[in-house]
Amino acid sequence: MLRHIGLWMSLQNQPLMIAGRLFRSRLIVGTGKFSSPEAMSDALKASGAEMVTVALRRADLSGRRDPFANILEFIDSSSFLVLPNTSGAMNAEEAVRMARLAVAAGLPNWVKLEIHPDPRYLLPDPVETLKATEALVSEGFVVLPYINADPVLAKRLQDAGAATVMPLGSPIGSNRGVQTRDQIRIILEQATVPVVVDAGLGAPSHAAEAMEMGADAVLVNTAIAVATDPPRMAVAFRMAVQAGRAAFESGLAAQQETASATSPLTAFLD
Amino acid sequence: MAVSFAREFRSLPLEALLKRSLGTPSAAVCESLARPALSLHDFARLVSPAAGESLEMIARRSHHLTQQRFGKVIRFFAPLYLSNECINNCSYCGFSRDNPILRVTLAVEDVRRETKALVQQGFRNILLVAGEHPKFVSNRYLAECTRALHEAVPGVSLEVGPMETDDYRPIVEAGAEGLVVYQETYDRQVYPKLHTAGPKRNFEWRMETPERAYAAGFRRIGVGALYGLADWRFEALSLAAHVDYLLRNCWKAQFTISFPRLRPCAGEFQPLTHLSNRELVQLICAFRVMFPDVGLVLSTREPPELRDRLIPLGITLISAGSHTEPGGYTGAGADKLHQTKRGRIVPVENAQTAALAGRAQATEQFNIADARSPREVAERVRRLGYEPVWKDWDSALAV
Repeated sequence: MLRHIGLWMSLQNQPLMIAGRLFRSRLIVGTGKFSSPEAMSDALKASGAEMVTVALRRADLSGRRDPFANILEFIDSSSFLVLPNTSGAMNAEEAVRMARLAVAAGLPNWVKLEIHPDPRYLLPDPVETLKATEALVSEGFVVLPYINADPVLAKRLQDAGAATVMPLGSPIGSNRGVQTRDQIRIILEQATVPVVVDAGLGAPSHAAEAMEMGADAVLVNTAIAVATDPPRMAVAFRMAVQAGRAAFESGLAAQQETASATSPLTAFLD
Repeated sequence: MAVSFAREFRSLPLEALLKRSLGTPSAAVCESLARPALSLHDFARLVSPAAGESLEMIARRSHHLTQQRFGKVIRFFAPLYLSNECINNCSYCGFSRDNPILRVTLAVEDVRRETKALVQQGFRNILLVAGEHPKFVSNRYLAECTRALHEAVPGVSLEVGPMETDDYRPIVEAGAEGLVVYQETYDRQVYPKLHTAGPKRNFEWRMETPERAYAAGFRRIGVGALYGLADWRFEALSLAAHVDYLLRNCWKAQFTISFPRLRPCAGEFQPLTHLSNRELVQLICAFRVMFPDVGLVLSTREPPELRDRLIPLGITLISAGSHTEPGGYTGAGADKLHQTKRGRIVPVENAQTAALAGRAQATEQFNIADARSPREVAERVRRLGYEPVWKDWDSALAV
C-alpha cells in the first residue's frame, strides 16, 4: 500500500510558483468566447485551473454590479485567482489605467498585460508592453505580460520585474499550435521567471508539446470555449498539460534523425 | 495621407472583376474557398453566380471562421437618433431635405433621457445617428451629446455627416470610439443621380471619410453599401477593395461591415436593384471568408425570422428594439417638432402633417422590420447558442 502511495506521490507534478503563490495546476484558462456564462463556469471547473483571466472591458468596473456586464459573478473567486487582462488597450497608458481601475473595483493586483494595437492578429506591442510593465511593477502590481516570442524582450521584462513572461505560440484564436518553438526554446533556456505559453494552442497536443518543451504553464481559451463540449475539452487540456509536464520532469529522451538499434562501430570492443 | 482609397479606387479594374465573377466556374469557387488568405479575385469568385450554387459550403466555412475568431458571442448595440434635420437630398432617405417631414434635434437633456431608457434595456454600446446639418448638428453639439452619453455608456459611436479630421477630434476627445459611414453606392454613375443636393454629392469626399475618421483617432470604423441602388456584386467588390485598403492603411482600427437593404421610408423611393435573401446570405458569408477578423453587423432592417437565421452565418454585432426617429425611445423632443425650409424652422404647415404632429413623434428614417424587444432578441440569441454581450468596451480605453 505504502509503495503505491509513494509511486502516486512521485507522479505528481511539481507545483508552479508565480510571485510567491503556489499553483498545482499549470493550466490557465481564458473566459472569453463561451456560449453562456454557465458554459464558461462549467468549463473552468472541469479544467482544474486555479487561475483564470478575464477581459476588463467586458466586466463592470463601476462597482454598480451591472447585470448586463456580470461575467465576474460567474467566477468563484475562492476557487480561482482572477487574473484581469487589459485586452483592448492600445498603449501603456490605457493598460495602466485599466489595471488601476480593476484594483479599485476590488480585483486582485495581478494583471495580464495585453497591449495589441493591431486588432486583426492581436499581436502585442513590445515597446508599450515594456513601458506598462515598468509602470505597473513600480505601483506594486504582479505583472504577467503577453508578448511575442522574443527572447530579448523576455529578458528586458524580467529585468523590469515581470512575474512571468507569456510568449505566444501563434496568434490569439488561430489554433495553429506552437509555431514559435525555436524562439520559445531560447526564452525557456534563459528565463529566471516562469514562462507561460499563451495563445494559439488549438489542441491538447499543442499544450502537451509546450509543456514537454519545459514551459511552466500554458494559457488556453478559444479551443475550450468554441468546442462542442467545452467542459470535456477542458478536461482534455488538463490531462495534456499534466502529461506534458510529467514528461518534461521525468526527462524526455532526446530525438534524433536516424535509428540506433546497435553500435556497429564499437561492438567489437564488447 | 499621401494616397487615399478614392485615388486607388479610380484605377481599380472593377468592371473586369465583375465580368470575371459572372463567368466563374464552380471548380474555381472551391479553389478560392480552400485558400488560407483570399485576394480580391478570390472574393469575386465567392460572390459569383456559381458560388451561389455552392452556398452551403461557403456558409459552413463562414460559420466556422466566425466562431473561431469571435467565439460564441453576439454583441448588441442600439441606434440613438439625435436629429432628422438634413441638408442633403438623397432619393432613398426619409430625412431628405425636401421631404415635408416632422423634424427635431434633441436637446442634450433629451439625449440623457433617451440614453437612460436604452441603458435600462441593457445597452452599453450606443450609436448616435443624425442627419447632416452643420447648423443643427454641429461637431460641438455632437461632442456634447457624446459626453452626456458617456456618463452612462462605455461604448459610443456615431453615424453622422462626414467631417474634416480636425472637426472629428473634439468628438473623439469627448469619448466616442467609433464612426460609421456608408458609401451608399460605389457606382460613380448612379451616385450623382441619387444625391442631388448638399455636400453628400461629393462622392470622393465621402469615400475618404473612414481615413479621416482614423486620423482623428476613432478606433472602430464601420463601412458598407446600401443594397438596392446599384448592382450588388459591383457594390460588394468595391466594398471589399475598400475594406482591404483600410485594413492595410488604418491598421490600428477595428472595422465592421454592415449589409443594409433599402427599407420603405418617406419619399416612397423604390429600390433600383434587388438583393434576394439568398444573395444576402452569400454576401455575408463571402465577406466573412475574405475578412475573418472584421465585425459583421445586422440591423433591424431585416425581419425576425431572417435575422435569426443570419446570426450563425457570420454576424457578430446586432441592434435590437431600434427606433429610427429622434426621441423614439421616450418621446423626448416631442414639444419641439417642426418643419424645416431652406435651413429655417417653420411651424407645422398643413392639416395632414399637423395631424401627424398630434402623434407627437418626429418622422423616422425608415421602417424597421424586427420589432422584437432587446430582451426577446437576447433570449433568442441565447437559444441559438450564443451569449449576448452588452459591454465589450470600457471608458478606461477612451483617449
